[in-house]
Amino acid sequence: MAEITLEDIIKPENLVYKKTDLLTDKELSYCPGCGHGTAHRITMEVLEELGLEERTIGVAPVGCSVLAYEFMNIDMTQAAHGRAPAVATGIKRCWPDRIVFTYQGDGDLAAIGTAETIHACNRGEKIVIIFINNGIYGMTGGQMAPTTLPGMKSSTSPFGRDVETMGNPLKMTELVAQLPGTYFVSRQAVHSPAAVRRAKKAIKKAFENQRDNKPGLSFVEIVSNCNSGWKMTPIDANKWMEENMFPFFPLGDIKVDGQLVK
Amino acid sequence: MAKVKGAIVVDVQKCKGCGVCIPACPTSVINLANEVNGKGYHYAFMEKPDECIGCSNCAIVCPDGVITVYKLKL
Amino acid sequence: MGELKLMKGNEALAEAAIRAGADAYFGYPITPQSEVIEYLMAEKPFDRTGMVVLQAESEIAAINMVYGAAGTGKKVMTSSSSPGISLKQEGLSYIAGAELPCLYANVVRGGPGLGTIQPSQADYFQSTKGGGHGDYRQIVLAPASVQEMSDFVKLGFELAFKYRIAVLILSDGVIGQMMEKVELFDQIPRLTDQEVIEKYPWATTGKKKGTERRIITSLDLDSLKMEAHNHHLQAKYKTISENEVRYELIDCDDAEYIIVAYGSSARISQKAVQLARKKGIKAGLFRLITLYPFPGKEMQQLCKKGVKGWLAVEMSAGQMVEDVMLSVKGCAKVEHYGRFGGIVHSPEEVLHALEEKIIGD
Repeated sequence: MAEITLEDIIKPENLVYKKTDLLTDKELSYCPGCGHGTAHRITMEVLEELGLEERTIGVAPVGCSVLAYEFMNIDMTQAAHGRAPAVATGIKRCWPDRIVFTYQGDGDLAAIGTAETIHACNRGEKIVIIFINNGIYGMTGGQMAPTTLPGMKSSTSPFGRDVETMGNPLKMTELVAQLPGTYFVSRQAVHSPAAVRRAKKAIKKAFENQRDNKPGLSFVEIVSNCNSGWKMTPIDANKWMEENMFPFFPLGDIKVDGQLVK
Repeated sequence: MAKVKGAIVVDVQKCKGCGVCIPACPTSVINLANEVNGKGYHYAFMEKPDECIGCSNCAIVCPDGVITVYKLKL
Repeated sequence: MGELKLMKGNEALAEAAIRAGADAYFGYPITPQSEVIEYLMAEKPFDRTGMVVLQAESEIAAINMVYGAAGTGKKVMTSSSSPGISLKQEGLSYIAGAELPCLYANVVRGGPGLGTIQPSQADYFQSTKGGGHGDYRQIVLAPASVQEMSDFVKLGFELAFKYRIAVLILSDGVIGQMMEKVELFDQIPRLTDQEVIEKYPWATTGKKKGTERRIITSLDLDSLKMEAHNHHLQAKYKTISENEVRYELIDCDDAEYIIVAYGSSARISQKAVQLARKKGIKAGLFRLITLYPFPGKEMQQLCKKGVKGWLAVEMSAGQMVEDVMLSVKGCAKVEHYGRFGGIVHSPEEVLHALEEKIIGD
């Protein structure tokens, strides 16, 4: 048998994985190793696999992913800080047959946009919210977020988050799961192949719920890293995330088909 | 001899050298190059191409979506 | 002739929204304009035309719902009163930056702060000079009757879509709460989704394969592009200034003294002009209909005809008066008169001010 060369393998008929065309070719503005890119990609893969891209309108937040509309190759609206769920509500109410989602970070969703998040969830808006939680404000330079862990250092909690004076981290996902308006609530991660596969499954479930007009909002949190903000290498940040973030923000489905499962 | 042979193609200029793909590879194919790309990143490359099984794990975790995967069934 | 009804200003505004073929209203209750959302909820516009009415959790959420829906090419509006309008300024700035068409009403009450629930015209600066952050303008229509509360909804939507701009109906507690006869215009059908898609190619309605995606945003990190965008906005405002000035002249042909006023102050000032004429004073009323664009050129022309003095009458400490001064550019005396903090001046007070401040010297 003849030696198999790379040229024999790298042929169109042997292609098993390539970046979806629903992501533009523009270079992502995220730091090396940042989970945002993976979260963008699996979101777009889900839309492609479900064939929903022609009737989807996405809403980008303010934060690191403010430029999400540069990368997601679908119709997009960029919202003011924290207001994405209200913007999405306006769109969905006027176009009930469209698929509408927001993509928001922890500062956007769990601090300045807490009211918009909770009320969109509580009204049971038939939208998808994808919530990236990396425990820090990345874009503005690593300040404390509503999800910064107790004792965790940030540029505005340089000696660690003191819960006595700075308050406690907020578990938005558990909180919205309690609301009757949410239909599906899950917390996932994208740091390993297995985690990405589970996260993609959750995001798929969320969009299927909206496609099938299920009664309520689908909410998927992705616990992610912020190497720059945490001041770690990407690999170390993922390890730190497993050891510190996951015990506080445990992964898995919290609410499925309108029923709490955890 | 393996039943499958795989290969990856890295978009070298877009790779940011984060290295997240390295622990994701079950057969330790990938490493970061000594050379750098136009942005100064040590990009990912197939250090042991013979070991690649085309499982796509590296591409699935690649935040920048720069890895394309091919698989040949023997 | 259209249907005649006796209605409150706020109710006329709400009924006009349904008849104008609005797709959605997003609001939050606040005195003295809560009748707008109350009327809409009671009228079930969803059954009448398919119009969406939603009570948001805050004025901030309401204006952002407007932002989202307006970005999809739908005809949408909100309304509030002064403190609530302050909360909407963030969203309005984004709407200006992203060039979205929408209509909103401010039934002004006295401020600052929580102020009072009584009528006021102290939001003139906020309405005409930008309100939120950045260099932007919006078209401001000032109704002086319940009839205009209805008519300006139709006009406002037309202007909003013509220029892709926010149009503000700047009312006040008097006009919002008073009852008058109103002739309602006939129902304008709502656009179908397909019509929206064809008419507004910029709108985010879902990207078809092989077409360019649409992006609604006010952001550009490239300063040269942002400067160009600002130039584009300024050019648009200039076009609006040249084409959309609206005003009404009452007894101005031979007037030596002109009162400038809008909204409820214009109604009061019209009576003051009549009282002045009875006393042999050649007074006239320049009623502003658009506050932005401001009819400055028209004021200059009257100045050249020999107007000796101008009295700006407004229920504020003196805001519109600055634009009158800028317009007449020192060719005649300009003074301000107005009660404020929730007090409405009387025609006699206005006449007295005209005699004391303008004619007296």
